[in-house]
Amino acid sequence: MLEIRNIDVCYGDVQVVWDVSFSVQSGEIAALIGANGAGKSTILKTISGIVKPSGGKIIFDGKEINQMEPYDLIETGLAHVPEARRLFVEMTVEENLDLGSLKGNAKKLREETKTMVYELFPRLKERRKQLAGTLSGGEQQMVAIGRGLMSKPKLIMFDEPSLGLAPILVRDIFEVIKTIRSEGMTILIVEQNVKLSLAIADKAYVLASGKLVMEGTGATLLDNEHIKTAYLGV
Amino acid sequence: MTSVQLEVLLQTIISGIFLGGLYALLAIGMTLIMGVMKIINLAHGELMMVGMYIAYALFSYFQVDPYLSVFIAAPVLFGLGVILQKFLINPVMKVESILPENQVILTVGIGMVLANLATIFFASDYRSTPVSYATKAWYLSDFWKSSPIELSISFPWSVSFLIALLITAILWFFLTKTDLGKSIRATAQDNDAALLMGINVNRMRVITFGLGSSLVGAAGCLFIPIYYLYPDIGGQFTLIAFVITILGGLGSTVGAIVGGLILGIFESLTATYVGMGWAPVGRFIIFIAALIFIPGGIVSLFRKLRFGR
Repeated sequence: MLEIRNIDVCYGDVQVVWDVSFSVQSGEIAALIGANGAGKSTILKTISGIVKPSGGKIIFDGKEINQMEPYDLIETGLAHVPEARRLFVEMTVEENLDLGSLKGNAKKLREETKTMVYELFPRLKERRKQLAGTLSGGEQQMVAIGRGLMSKPKLIMFDEPSLGLAPILVRDIFEVIKTIRSEGMTILIVEQNVKLSLAIADKAYVLASGKLVMEGTGATLLDNEHIKTAYLGV
Repeated sequence: MTSVQLEVLLQTIISGIFLGGLYALLAIGMTLIMGVMKIINLAHGELMMVGMYIAYALFSYFQVDPYLSVFIAAPVLFGLGVILQKFLINPVMKVESILPENQVILTVGIGMVLANLATIFFASDYRSTPVSYATKAWYLSDFWKSSPIELSISFPWSVSFLIALLITAILWFFLTKTDLGKSIRATAQDNDAALLMGINVNRMRVITFGLGSSLVGAAGCLFIPIYYLYPDIGGQFTLIAFVITILGGLGSTVGAIVGGLILGIFESLTATYVGMGWAPVGRFIIFIAALIFIPGGIVSLFRKLRFGR
């Protein structure tokens, strides 16, 4: 469904991603893991067009998307839940959700999808008139995920959904991600919480200093000696 | 306080509120542009001057009432704003240069060109639109026969104020209830997140500049029944809008409304109790006080209340 072919990404003169290729199959959860600064978020930003790759191709649903404008991508069925949530903090929960469904079919289905999001996160329904900036970190992450779902995506990318959350909330968020997959969406997740993401991932890719160094199913990587010592601390 | 003193005070505050409402409309345009583009548009007053000349020309040549010319000046100014943004400011924003303030300097240049074009076309004479109702007023005693005090409310001032309120209300509806309005606010709050939502942020910039220009153009039509018009009138209004934008908080429409009212009332009070010529001094006292005591603007006080930080 999503194929990354040999992409290079540079910030100015500094190359941060080197010849990375991987693919995400329809219906699976793929995880991109690695230490801080390995280039994980950069790759997500490249996929969603905020950063332009200096080489390589990105193919989504049979279409080459790396030359598309970032604001057109959402209509192809690709949603990106950005790192640190990036909510519109001075707008209400409901307005944030509305902004997730500005285009095409998603706009027509807005009320319906919103009901679904509120079912998934009943807390948000209670707080729908509240400003997003006044919510707790966990609730903000719910809004961010909900906002991503509002676009009716085929593939949804999560950038560090566990960032800054209490362990119990992290588990909840991962449960939600599994639920989303069971509803037929494909997921690409970027995480520093290696253990949890490998546990839910069908396929995982390990990045180090902008290069792909390892790949495998979530379970095999969990058992891998190198992964254990380098990322899991056991 | 004798009843005469009370009359003077109330009269002063009422005209301050009227002036403040018009100031608010003027400043909302600037603060909208500031919010979305992160630059101060220093041609703002000159855009208002263009709106005033449109109203003046329509009145002198076609006897169109200045209040009706809002419907012509606002769309024309929208178009002018779109053209300025698309063909002048956007290209400069793309250039990576040492000075990030290049666009601001560009707006100063745009202002100069507009003022000089006005001088070429209309000469530097003082102009006005002598409308029939210019000196008409409402008196409190007309409505309340046994009123102990007497107040008069100027007809053009009150109509201008009401139209400014109406435009502000329509704008509020647009910004909070429509997808396009929400997209503009989203772009102002987080450019990249807006992109991820599928918002064409460049188009939002163009629309916002057009919208800000049309608001100030409308403000021009509301000012012309009250003020004299000359090509260099823009500069002082750019300053007023700038002071209100700083006082209200950069990019905040609510801040601009409250800031506009505060400035209007304060100027009116200084004009009455200190002297007509001192009103601009009052303006700058407010400006400096805002910078010292509430550097984030009035909106930062609201934010503290709502977010607890």
